[in-house]
Amino acid sequence: MTTVTLHALLSHWWRNPLQLFTLLAGLALATALWSGVQAVNAEARASYDAAAATLGEGQYDRLVRRDGQPMAQETYIALRRAGWLVSPVVQGRLDGVRIIGVEPLTAPGGIGPVAPQQGADITAFLTGQGQLFANAETAGRLPDLDVIVTPDAAPNTAVTDIGVAQRLLGKASEIDSLIVLRGQPMGRGALDAVAPDLTLQPAQGGSDIARLTDSFHLNLTAFGLLSFAVGIFIVNGAIGLAFEQRRPVVRTLRALGLPLRRLILLLGAELMLFAVVAGVIGVALGYVIAALLLPDVAATLRGLYGADVSGTLQLRPSWWLSGMAIALGGTALAAGGALYQLARMPLLAAAQPRALAMAAGRRAVLQGIAAAVLLALCGVMMVTATGMIGGFVLLGALLIGAALALPVILDRVLAMASRMAKSVTAQWFWADTRQQLPGLSLALMALLLAMAANVGVSTMVSSFRLTFTDFLDQRLASELYVRTESDAQIAALISFATPRTEIILPIQSADTDIAGQPTEVYGARDHATYRDNWVFLQQADDPWDSTFDGQTIVINEQLSRRAGLMVGDEITLQGTAFSIAGVYGDYGNPIGQGVIAEEVFETLYPGIMPQNFGLRMDPDTVPDFVADLAAETGIAATQTVNQAGIKVISLAIFERTFTVTTALNVLTLAVAGFAILMSLLTLASMRVPQLAPAWAMGMTRQKLGQLELLRAVMLALLTAIVALPLGLALAWALLAVVNVAAFGWKLPMYLFPLDYARMGGFALLAAALAALWPARRLARTPPAELLKVFSNER
Amino acid sequence: MLLTVQDIHKTYQSADGPYAVLRGIDLTLQSGETLALTGESGSGKSTLLHLIGGLDTPDSGQILHEGRDIAALDDAGRAALRRGTVGVVFQQFNLIPSLRVADNIAFQARLAGQHDPAWDAALADRMGLTPHLAKYPEQLSGGQQQRVAIARTLAPKPRVVLADEPTGNLDEATATTVLDLMLELVAQTGAGLLMVTHSEGLAGRMSRRLHLRAGRVA
Repeated sequence: MTTVTLHALLSHWWRNPLQLFTLLAGLALATALWSGVQAVNAEARASYDAAAATLGEGQYDRLVRRDGQPMAQETYIALRRAGWLVSPVVQGRLDGVRIIGVEPLTAPGGIGPVAPQQGADITAFLTGQGQLFANAETAGRLPDLDVIVTPDAAPNTAVTDIGVAQRLLGKASEIDSLIVLRGQPMGRGALDAVAPDLTLQPAQGGSDIARLTDSFHLNLTAFGLLSFAVGIFIVNGAIGLAFEQRRPVVRTLRALGLPLRRLILLLGAELMLFAVVAGVIGVALGYVIAALLLPDVAATLRGLYGADVSGTLQLRPSWWLSGMAIALGGTALAAGGALYQLARMPLLAAAQPRALAMAAGRRAVLQGIAAAVLLALCGVMMVTATGMIGGFVLLGALLIGAALALPVILDRVLAMASRMAKSVTAQWFWADTRQQLPGLSLALMALLLAMAANVGVSTMVSSFRLTFTDFLDQRLASELYVRTESDAQIAALISFATPRTEIILPIQSADTDIAGQPTEVYGARDHATYRDNWVFLQQADDPWDSTFDGQTIVINEQLSRRAGLMVGDEITLQGTAFSIAGVYGDYGNPIGQGVIAEEVFETLYPGIMPQNFGLRMDPDTVPDFVADLAAETGIAATQTVNQAGIKVISLAIFERTFTVTTALNVLTLAVAGFAILMSLLTLASMRVPQLAPAWAMGMTRQKLGQLELLRAVMLALLTAIVALPLGLALAWALLAVVNVAAFGWKLPMYLFPLDYARMGGFALLAAALAALWPARRLARTPPAELLKVFSNER
Repeated sequence: MLLTVQDIHKTYQSADGPYAVLRGIDLTLQSGETLALTGESGSGKSTLLHLIGGLDTPDSGQILHEGRDIAALDDAGRAALRRGTVGVVFQQFNLIPSLRVADNIAFQARLAGQHDPAWDAALADRMGLTPHLAKYPEQLSGGQQQRVAIARTLAPKPRVVLADEPTGNLDEATATTVLDLMLELVAQTGAGLLMVTHSEGLAGRMSRRLHLRAGRVA
């Protein structure tokens, strides 16, 4: 019984390959987009974990100097003698590779090189004979060194003995930090007494990098989910139409004696079989998408957060499994409703014409209620939502609510148009379009989501770009930036530049902690550069006057939001209290920042000397100045960066930041276009009985084809009209809620009407192209096919 | 007795309230007997056929197939009845469009586990379908499709054949041919035939006739 039934069920797909293609392609695309994004996330997270394992980031307390500078080796020795169980770490970059030096005998277990492959000489490592441990990609970048390949090593990182690292990095007798082992002995010397210039950084229970980048990955996951949702709409549509078409067959099978339970099980098994096939295709496609996206993601994370992520993709079993699970789960989700209805539908009721469509009509009422509830929730969340979770609940309610509301809105609009139509053809057109709506609504919902995502994300990206460009103009005001490498170079620079520039602005900072937030404090020289260019989001009267007088501090938006600090609040630095005089926008900075007067900074952090300087001068004199500087002081041109160069680099970083989201946007729109094409093609085969009477009453096939085309474009236009406000609401939620939670700053929202018009044009074009083929097929339907409709009638 | 129907009642809920379709029907059918069920639209003919075929359940009364009451059967039991004991010929043919003619003919017999290829071939030959076995239903005329449906019904050699206006979609000449074939093959298998029809001519060719009026035997 099972074999013969399966044969009958599967023969449907054999005779309707287009429908099978729709189902498989929709599911494969949905899985591909989801698993591609997940693969990128998994690869990045694996990189962080490897980095964390290498350095024990976040797992152990650390001792560092208060001023952030390296400590002397003697400090380490003094602490060991005082009973502290600490292990030294030195790190830096060599040819772009992160070199980490550890002391293998004192480092806690699990830190340092792990599972070295053949060729590893642990004795050589322990005795500091120059071996480094890195993955194959990194080893290739250090051809002159003795590198042992360890596949589990963190990307772009080489681990070695501390002595070797000090030699390679030119940090003789210097230590960057001390790992504090667990289980310190009682009665060891007090830190203040043994090493008063050190401070203890407590373990944070997780990698710093991972925490910083969580938001970015959450955004990616949200896009993956959105793309998956669009794909599931396609699958749902394909399954719904397939069930509608197979309704008579199902009735016949049951009438011929197939038990309902067996029928449902076999239909479920059939769909799961397709899900497995589509899942495999989807995961493979996802691999391709991930491989294409990963280099940009890696560049973004390096630029934005300083996180090293491998630029190559590994095939991970967990990723395959999650891809397959999402394909099977997605199919179950998409097919669950249709199977449930079929299971509940009485045998004889199934024989009624368009029984499922009538059930869909009853569902529309529930759908309208669900949409109203979700949009009401969305309204509440718009006022109250804070944080990442709140932001995504808001986005979810907004998108799902709007998608569910779309068929209801379109139905009302079409009913109104039908009432207002004057000619018979127009009346028939609107009424017929309304009749088509249930079959097309899923594809239109997919289009709505894709277009809204496009409008929303492009508004966010363009707003970001505009704000950031203005911000760079404000913040990179100096015409030339110079990096010095020694005290002698500092003196030479000041001596050379003072008579040739308007002012020299030292760039000096200390890492500290304000209200529990890691913060960089800068000491700024009193100059119009700051007064004229920096834009405050909140400010007291004359914030720069009081700051340069040494009484106040100005802080960035990230610190203000995360620590809940407002203008007028007081903070303490090195025991000195400062009132907050202003909060400025600081786009792109992941951590807190504060600015105090130069003189105050020098008093609070006496050991810190500025290494970098901004020079204000006539922009036209910059090239000559750089040449003369090199000739007279030995400060190489490579140590200087002109303003334009920095802006180009900064903008490039942020352009790449959004390359991934833009790529996903385009893919999502393409998937939605595909959904329309497939829905129209599937519906076209069911259209003949509906169009035959119109043809019989004198409408030409050509005219019918044209009307089909017009119908698709008109529905896409109506969907675009709904998508625009939805997209803008999405952009607002991204900018005002999600972005604040993810990055710590709120962006102003700008509107880009031309972009929206262009996008709408593309959507209409996509709909027209998608409708062209089905319309052409209908226009060329042989009269004999149309006549069959009547010959089968009683 | 092949089939015994005793005091069957069936009521449907309509927008105007409960509507009693069948109000105490009794009938019997013997092996080899042919019985026409006639009556006006809405008199309950199709409902009675559905109840006898296990497609629906009565509110009260008994339907005995060779002495076995089907009212007590669950969904799986009624499905087994439809597979092996009863064969139904529908007005709308209800062929499986994605299966070839040969597969359609064999379908119910294979479901019932009673597939006999030689009998299938004989049925196809007698029905004039042999040249069309590799075709799909959509490639056949209405009369040919109904002949496929009849062959499918007879392939598992059911004890009772139920036909719901089997020639309702066919022209008169084709209807006569199809009915001739059906009567001949039913007689050959020894099954009982219960046929719903509006046609006085067709009803006259049955061995017995039962007229329904407002849910009762007139």
